[in-house]
Amino acid sequence: MRFEVADTLEGAASLLAGEQGVAHVLAGGTDLLVQLRAGMVKPDLVVDIKHIEATRTISESDGAYTIGAAVAGAEMGEHRTLASDWPGVTEGAELIGSTQVQGRASMGGNLCNASPAADSVPALIAAGATCTVVGPGGTRDVAVADIPTGPGSNSLGQGEFVATINLPKKAANSSDAYLRMIPRTEMDIAIVGAAANVTLGDDGTIMAAKIVLGAVAPTAIEVPEAGAALVGTKADDDALAAVAAACEAAAKPISDKRGSADYRKKVSGVLAKRAAKIAFDRASGNA
Amino acid sequence: MSKIHVSTTVNGDPVEFLCEPQQTLLDVLRDELQLTGSKEGCASGDCGACSIELDGRLVCSCLVLGAEAEGRDVETVESIAVGDTLHPVQAKILEHGALQCGYCTPGFVVAAKALLDRNPDPTETEVRYWLAGNLCRCTGYDKIVGAVLDAASEMRGETS
Repeated sequence: MRFEVADTLEGAASLLAGEQGVAHVLAGGTDLLVQLRAGMVKPDLVVDIKHIEATRTISESDGAYTIGAAVAGAEMGEHRTLASDWPGVTEGAELIGSTQVQGRASMGGNLCNASPAADSVPALIAAGATCTVVGPGGTRDVAVADIPTGPGSNSLGQGEFVATINLPKKAANSSDAYLRMIPRTEMDIAIVGAAANVTLGDDGTIMAAKIVLGAVAPTAIEVPEAGAALVGTKADDDALAAVAAACEAAAKPISDKRGSADYRKKVSGVLAKRAAKIAFDRASGNA
Repeated sequence: MSKIHVSTTVNGDPVEFLCEPQQTLLDVLRDELQLTGSKEGCASGDCGACSIELDGRLVCSCLVLGAEAEGRDVETVESIAVGDTLHPVQAKILEHGALQCGYCTPGFVVAAKALLDRNPDPTETEVRYWLAGNLCRCTGYDKIVGAVLDAASEMRGETS
C-alpha cells in the first residue's frame, strides 16, 4: 500500500484516477482504518484529502453552506450558525460514534461508506443537500440521495471522490430534526433513523415537508406520503398518525441482532412523527 | 516498500520516525517511540484505550495512520503528569480507587482531561456521554465518573 497526501482537489483526482489497482480516499479514517485492519479492503493506494482547503472548511455564502467532505462531526457541532440553521443535519453528524470518533469522522466518509444506517445521511437528503464530486473528468454536483446505491456501495466512478457537501439556503420559517433508535444509550448502530424537514407558511401551517428514513432499506429512503400528510397541517395528532402509518408502510427493513423487521417498521413510524414534531416546533420558534 | 519519513511533535518535543504506510499512529507511538502508555484494546475505535490528542482534538490513535502525524501536534498520556506531580484527574482516579486492572486508565485520563480542558464544570451526564467511547470492564464506571467530577471540582478551586 502506498500513502499519498493530496494538496489540491485536482491532485487527489489525478492520484486516484491514475492508480491501476485499488485506491481509497482517507478523510477521518474511522471506517477505512477499521476495514484495513480487518482485511476487508486491500488498497494499493490511500490518498489523504485532509490537506485540501476545500475538504477541511465550512463556508457560508448568502445563507448556503459548503461543508468540506473531511470536516469532522465535532467541528460541525462547534460551528455556531451551522448548528442553529441546520440542527437536524448537525445532530445527525454528531451522533456518529464516540467523542474520539467525532474528532475525526466526516459526513463525506459517512456518505461514501454507504451504510444504510449512516446517521448523517437522512437529514442531508431531507435538506435537499447536494455534493460536489471531483474526478478525472472534472467536477459535477450530485444529489446526496444519489450517492449511496446499496450497503457499502456508491455511485462514484473511477477516480471520483466527494469534495464538499452543499446545503441550500434555508427556507424562511423552516427547520429540521433527526432522531435515531439504538438498542443501547450510546455507541451503537441505528436500527432506525428518521429525519424531518418542514417549512411553514405565514399562518404557521406546514407548506412543505420531507421525511427520510435510514436503516430500514438498502439506502436511506424518502417517504413522500409522509411529507404530504404534513402539508396543510400544524403537525396535529391526526397528521402525525398519518406520517407514522406512511413510514411503517414504506420501511422495508431486515431483521438482525439489533432488531426485528417488525420492530423496525413500528419504530420507523414512532421516530418519524417525533422528528416531524420537533422540526415543526423548531420552525415555529417553540424549541 | 519504502518506509515513510514523518516529522511531528509529540508531547511538545520534535520527533522524527519511519513508518509503514498502513502502520497506525498507536503502533508508531508504542513500537517506534516506546511511548507505551497508550494501549491497544479493540483496534477499531470502540474502546478508547488508545486515546490521544491530535492538534488538540481527542481521537483514537488506532484510527490514525502514523503517516498522518506529519506536521501535527500529538499529546499522549505521558505528557499529562508534570514530573512526579500527577494531574488532578490522575490523582483523583487513585484516590477514588477508580481502576482495577488499569488497562483502560490511560485512555480515560486523556479523555477526561480533554473534557475538563473544554468544560471545567460538567454534569454527571456530560461526563458519562463524553466518556462513552472509553470502555472499562472492571469498575462499572461509577468510581471513574466520580473521580472526574471530583477532579473538576478541585480544579475549579472548590474544596471537596
